[in-house]
Amino acid sequence: MNVILIALIALGAIGLIGSLLLCLVAKKFYVYEDPRVGQVEEVLPGANCGGCGFPGCHGMADACVKAKDSSNSLGSLLCPVGGNEVMAKVADILGLEAGAAEPKVAVVRCNGNICARPKVAVFDGAKSCAIESATFSGETGCVFGCLGLGDCVKACQFDAIRMNAETGLPEVDEEKCVACGACAKACPKFVIEVRKKSAMKSPMPKRVWVDCVNKDKGAVARKACSNACIGCGKCQKVCKFDAITVENNVAFIDSEKCKACGMCVSECPTGAIHATEPVMIVVEKLKAKKAEAAAKAKEEAAKKAAEAKAAADAAAATPAEPASENKQEAPKSGEQ
Amino acid sequence: MLNVSLSPHVHSGNSTQKCMLQVLIGLTPALLWSFYQFGLGAVIITLASVAFCLLFEFLITRFMLKAPSSLGDLSAVVTGVLLAFNVPSNLPIWIIAIGALVAIGVGKMVYGGLGSNIFNPALVGRVFLLVAYPVQMTSWPTQAGYADVETGATPLSIIKRIANGETGLDVPAFMDSLLGVTGGSLGEVSAIALLLGGIYMIVRKTITWHIPVSILLSALVFGFLFYGFDVQLALDQLVCGGMMLGAIFMATDYVSSPMNSRGQLLYGCCIGFLTIVIRRYGAYPEGMSFAILIMNAFTPLINKYVKPQRFGVVKK
Amino acid sequence: MKTFKLGGVHPAANKLSAGAPIQVAAVPAMVAIPMAQNLGAPSKAIVAKGDKVKVGTVIGEPGGFLSSFVHSSVSGTVDKVDVVEDATGKKVPAVFIKVEGDEWEETIDRSQTIDRNIKLDKQQIIDKVKEMGIVGMGGATFPTQVKLTPPPTAKPECVIINAVECEPYLTSDHSLMLAHPEEICIGVQILEKAMGVNKAYIGIEANKPDAIELMKKTAAAGFPEIEIVPLQLKYPQGGEKQLINAVIGKEVPSGGLPIATGALVQNVGTAFAVYEAVQKNKPLIERIVTVTGKSVAKPGNFLTRLGVPVADLIQAAGGVPEDTGKIISGGPMMGKAMPDTNSYVVKGCSGILIMKNAEARRKEAGPCIRCGKCVQACPMGLQPNFLARYSELNLLDEAEEERVYDCIECGSCQFSCPANRPLLDWIRQGKPKVMGILRQRAADAKAKADAEKAAKEAAAAK
Repeated sequence: MNVILIALIALGAIGLIGSLLLCLVAKKFYVYEDPRVGQVEEVLPGANCGGCGFPGCHGMADACVKAKDSSNSLGSLLCPVGGNEVMAKVADILGLEAGAAEPKVAVVRCNGNICARPKVAVFDGAKSCAIESATFSGETGCVFGCLGLGDCVKACQFDAIRMNAETGLPEVDEEKCVACGACAKACPKFVIEVRKKSAMKSPMPKRVWVDCVNKDKGAVARKACSNACIGCGKCQKVCKFDAITVENNVAFIDSEKCKACGMCVSECPTGAIHATEPVMIVVEKLKAKKAEAAAKAKEEAAKKAAEAKAAADAAAATPAEPASENKQEAPKSGEQ
Repeated sequence: MLNVSLSPHVHSGNSTQKCMLQVLIGLTPALLWSFYQFGLGAVIITLASVAFCLLFEFLITRFMLKAPSSLGDLSAVVTGVLLAFNVPSNLPIWIIAIGALVAIGVGKMVYGGLGSNIFNPALVGRVFLLVAYPVQMTSWPTQAGYADVETGATPLSIIKRIANGETGLDVPAFMDSLLGVTGGSLGEVSAIALLLGGIYMIVRKTITWHIPVSILLSALVFGFLFYGFDVQLALDQLVCGGMMLGAIFMATDYVSSPMNSRGQLLYGCCIGFLTIVIRRYGAYPEGMSFAILIMNAFTPLINKYVKPQRFGVVKK
Repeated sequence: MKTFKLGGVHPAANKLSAGAPIQVAAVPAMVAIPMAQNLGAPSKAIVAKGDKVKVGTVIGEPGGFLSSFVHSSVSGTVDKVDVVEDATGKKVPAVFIKVEGDEWEETIDRSQTIDRNIKLDKQQIIDKVKEMGIVGMGGATFPTQVKLTPPPTAKPECVIINAVECEPYLTSDHSLMLAHPEEICIGVQILEKAMGVNKAYIGIEANKPDAIELMKKTAAAGFPEIEIVPLQLKYPQGGEKQLINAVIGKEVPSGGLPIATGALVQNVGTAFAVYEAVQKNKPLIERIVTVTGKSVAKPGNFLTRLGVPVADLIQAAGGVPEDTGKIISGGPMMGKAMPDTNSYVVKGCSGILIMKNAEARRKEAGPCIRCGKCVQACPMGLQPNFLARYSELNLLDEAEEERVYDCIECGSCQFSCPANRPLLDWIRQGKPKVMGILRQRAADAKAKADAEKAAKEAAAAK
């Protein structure tokens, strides 16, 4: 009985002293934090990916509260993971109107797959793009393109980018990509760009981009990679929205201006401009139409030439041969 | 097509496998002596231990880790021989199998395989057996053979009894322990054979002198202090029990020992000290395994705080 | 025999072309002289298509403080100013010159007589070295005039000549010493005069007994202040910090300049180039290049004009062998692997090493077994396994704590790693990042201090 009593008293005393100490410490070292920061942090995804540019979600929450206090708006602050939905909640907590930011996605701007871009040397170092980039110009003749060792894959925290073993190029999973830009930062060749997900509001992403960053002159670029942009400028001429600029022998489509009409896609002689599926269907139709028209024109021209030839032959009084080999079939329309 | 990589473009040609092979060569004199001293028992135990270690390494890499086989690096063979060295020569084979499973499975593979383990795998196996099967693990044969051999006290337990004040016991002969004509675990009895292997490894630069020398020196010093300033007993500490085996082969295990020479000296001194403390004041007559395992746990800490001598930095 | 105190490794020397006489390589029909031949800013081309140039005509001007002049190595007409690949396949600007005859600038003294009388004074020598485009010939290509003008706080005491040639295979310095011992000694005297010191050491590794003998004899005949120091064979003895440590026993402080020990280190090739520049008025237009390798038909030392295609040079040594897996510009420990042979000989090209396929491939890396061999090998007393790991995981604070910035990238760690781990590949990633952080921190601290000072002054003014 006595033992239990002593134990109880002793433990109680220790507990009391301890709690008093804790109380004192909590009072003494109290740091005031805006309660809104905690509230905002609660609605943020908590992935701490840093995609917003702040060190983790707490940093982002702090920045949001500060932005509200200083400018009474969230400005360009965006949580790429949570997107507009989360930002709307944040705005709600802070008593602001939510401005909808355009959803974005990472785009790999290189199409130099294994077939298009032959290897000229073998890299034998540690498997890292950064190291290969520091070692030499790269395994292929193209010094600008993807190195294919997957630094972007390692950088992605959302499993949204994977290497395609067949092409040797990374592929972005649009569903998973949160456009945090970690892959773009990790790429030593600056091949990855975070672009507007869709040119228009549509259920399917509609976007057009130049799948090449090669700044070499056309002939050099073409020699290194058959899919390269040669900077010919045809796309620039055909674009009705001034969205395309050609600089340093490579075209660039401004995703803010692009309306995803797809005109440039069918115009590109090397197929360096790519588009997402819905645009591609339009483009293929356009291409088929164009090809048909071209074939028709050609046929007519051939006919005319044959006639003229026949006339000439007749004039020369020699037997005429039908110019059948000049006839061309219209190319098959694209099947998507 | 040309290969391109950053410098250096040449390599010494050394490999993990070659390092392990050097250790095996270093173990050979002691192994041969154990065959001579304990006969059939030593042969059976060694073969069984190596075979089980290889088997478990193979099974774990193949079916649990689904990784390429790591048998080629010979580290499992080294673990097998060291485990055999640490048990009596009349141990039943099924106990050795359990020891090998613990050594390879718990001692090494759970951490991710060679290079990631914290503790010396063979010692993990040995200590597990010592705790789980104390009777079998401490009945030391004093003669060649496998089953039904005579067992007797080891020099260390005699020394412990003397130090604890028991009278009428003969202090074990220094020369007997040095040569290895006493009872004990099969690989630890002959100090001279182990020393021979150690010198070979130091000459071939497989290991450096720092760990063995610091362990032996600190054991000598603390042995002298803790055993009543008796030179005979202090010297006996060096040649009796697992001291030589531990200092030369177990504590110098690459993975679980510190990386730079300063750290190695500290690590060695602590092992020597702990061994003597356990031998003198602990419940067990032998303390080498425990001392090494304890210091293994401190290795990451030593690696973090003990830095090598640096070029261009003069102490103020 | 002396050597440096920490670490080091012993790669097989493979000096296949040791003792081979210097051959003069043929001048091709067209040369391309890259404008980035030195450490620091590239030079600016000052000639245009159609310009006539002679051997020794200036074709490139320094593009900054840490930069140097470039001279034409042939006579002829400038064909174009375009880009060429450097040794690592990266594009650099270059002047293409179509070779016509072999007409030299009149100011160059082409006679073979050895001129021992140094007429120029300290500043004139430094100006001359700059004007003649001299850079460090050991491979680092640090502009020599910059090295000859140390900060005013430095107290130079001696000149150390690096004739160690610790890189396996390479023999260009060795052959140079055998051919021109007296010129080298005069070059050393010129360097002494430029630094205002009266003591010089020439460090030579013990595997070149003939060179040690010859240099000792030459120094005894009229160069009393030059001491020949034979050194124990150990890589990386040719590293500046290691050489100073081996020869005079001092340590370059971490983060400090080598001149803090009072020693100025110059390569033996640089000493020879300085002699030619100062005494003969000859710019740096040619150098000795070792073309070697186990499969090379005729390994040798070639006196080559700068801008000669590397492919031509290899042809002179018997062509690229069938079973070639790697071609390296420089030695096997620190040289750069070339993706092809489309590059041109530059000032820093001390050798072309051709490796067979079997030698060229790295073995597959295994797990680190923490054996500590890299720690034993590191000449700077670092722990390369930790550095590599921290660099790989981008743990820059930890890398800084382990002093990644002290790494001299000699490759001893990777050379000795039994698990074949690409240690240096990773360390090279972490080192510049940490250096950047350190620089930024220093700049921030300075800005802060300046701002405080300004505030204080303003307060005082009030």
